[in-house]
Amino acid sequence: MTTTPETIDTEALRVTALDADASSRLPGWFVILWRNGKCRVGMLMLAAFIVIAVLAPVIAPYGPRLDEFGASEGPSAAHWLGTTARGEDVFSQLIYGARTSLIVGLVAGVLSTLIAMAVGLTAGYLRGVVDEVLSFFINLGLVVPVLPLMIVLAGYAPVKGLGLIIIVITVTGWAYGARIKRAQIITLRTRDYITAAKFAGDSTARIIAFEIVPNMISLIVVGFMGAALGAIGAEAGLAFLGLGDPQTVSWGTMLNQASLGGALTTGQWAWLVAPGLALALLITSFTLMNFGIDALSNPHLRED
Amino acid sequence: MLYFVRRAGFFLATLWAAVTLNFLIPRLQPGDPAQAMLNRLQGETTAVNPAQLEAIRKLLGTPDGNLLSQYWDYLGAICTGHFGVSYSYFPYTVTAMISSALPWTLILVGVTQMLSFAIGTLLGAWAAYRRNSRVDSVITLGSTFVGTLPFFWLALLLIFVFAITLNWFPDGGGYGGGSSPSWTWLFVSDAFQHSVLPAVALLITGPIGWIIGMRNNMVQTLGEDYARLARAKGLPRRRIALTYGARIAILPNVTGFAIALGSLLGGTVLVETIFNYPGLGRLLLEAVSNKDYPLMQALFLFTTIGVLTANFLADVTYGFLDPRVRRAEAV
Repeated sequence: MTTTPETIDTEALRVTALDADASSRLPGWFVILWRNGKCRVGMLMLAAFIVIAVLAPVIAPYGPRLDEFGASEGPSAAHWLGTTARGEDVFSQLIYGARTSLIVGLVAGVLSTLIAMAVGLTAGYLRGVVDEVLSFFINLGLVVPVLPLMIVLAGYAPVKGLGLIIIVITVTGWAYGARIKRAQIITLRTRDYITAAKFAGDSTARIIAFEIVPNMISLIVVGFMGAALGAIGAEAGLAFLGLGDPQTVSWGTMLNQASLGGALTTGQWAWLVAPGLALALLITSFTLMNFGIDALSNPHLRED
Repeated sequence: MLYFVRRAGFFLATLWAAVTLNFLIPRLQPGDPAQAMLNRLQGETTAVNPAQLEAIRKLLGTPDGNLLSQYWDYLGAICTGHFGVSYSYFPYTVTAMISSALPWTLILVGVTQMLSFAIGTLLGAWAAYRRNSRVDSVITLGSTFVGTLPFFWLALLLIFVFAITLNWFPDGGGYGGGSSPSWTWLFVSDAFQHSVLPAVALLITGPIGWIIGMRNNMVQTLGEDYARLARAKGLPRRRIALTYGARIAILPNVTGFAIALGSLLGGTVLVETIFNYPGLGRLLLEAVSNKDYPLMQALFLFTTIGVLTANFLADVTYGFLDPRVRRAEAV
């Protein structure tokens, strides 16, 4: 991730954040993120997507799989983005598709962040043989080509569905986060306050949970956002390749059905453009939020 | 020297892990894997011919033997290059299918990967050289924005605009109907025409990682003490940027080159499917949708071995380029 220099005095922000941190954790965070203009836009965009996903049945004019309309119609007043080759309303599918993307992003993001934390923190804190073994698996996870692995796993699975996609994405996507967290804990574990905690007789689990994890919260958040983003993209890609459940309404399935249903040749640009654009906007919101979180977690990116 | 030994050890260990993974994946499903495959094939094609049965036996070993002896048979088959017969392209062996698809992917991926690397590294270095100027923000913000666009969607739009609406390029395939692969000028130029859109689709998003990586690295190296000293000595800016900044900043990108190969191979599955391009990626997807397990397994194994080898070579190159990694073996 990259950042353009912020005009705001970030050092002062950090101090206010630390002050706020003392009373309660969330608001201090929120203040820093909210004061970053790009990050604020990103958070508002994501909030809009969440509202759309939650209120999908209210916003969408028709059911996403209701196929009683004329097939392959262009945009009209009744169907803002036209209809699919099976006579479904494209706009309604677009609204419901937000649900799938957000659920996959959230669930697969949380799961792979948890795996990454468990593996990365254990490896980095314990070092020695455990580290060698776990690092080997991390490196293996990094070099194995992810999409072919996902495709093969999805190809063998007996049932197609969203749960499977989430599992496949989680299994293949945790390694990068684990490597970053391992590197971070290696720099943290020799700090004085950790040594102090050790001398005070704290258990390893307690040190990791109460001394180390709070100091890498921003890194964990960045890791989660990256994992969620990767999961959203991967779901769209797999669904587009036809490896998802065709009954799940997602932007990837929409693109799959648009390219199979002849949207390219009949000139139904709205059917083709809308799902991709929605996906791009969702990814943009994450990227914008990352600008704020990056500046929070990496002071090097903020300097001069 | 220790560095190279360790890298070679890692390479061999990952190779073994990939081979084993390939062995375990089909056996993760509950029940007897061979029977499960047969059942599913029966559902698909109503009758299973003896050749398919034979192929499944080859792939899975004797289903009644224990896991260890199956594993042993499997390793033996791989070491002697027996990957079995493809179900969907029946008389052909898996190896024949792969070797006919391999050149297409190698050329497409090789050329676009190198171009992406060159373009991305140059733009990233330029952005770092002109840090905080308009050039910098155009390059970084531009690439961040383009990076948010789903890449298979861009490919679809490319077909929509340039192949179907404008009719400048063919809308898919590796070469025109009627011609067959040969080293004649006519065929090569035809194949080139067919590969322009897939290559462009890969090149739009390809350089982004390099741009951002190179810019961030170089901004950091330009802030190091030796760069400061060079400035204090009054060396020309350009020389500082090239020999003090870029030369060192490019190093992490060398390792990145191999890692990117893995994701690029993933990207080719999408691109080759969209453009109906006769490479490994499309073959993999075809194998998956036809439930052609031997082909699928061999393809996954080949891709993984390719990426692992590329990684190993990158590590070795890195060791030669940067003496620091050879000496410091700590982390």
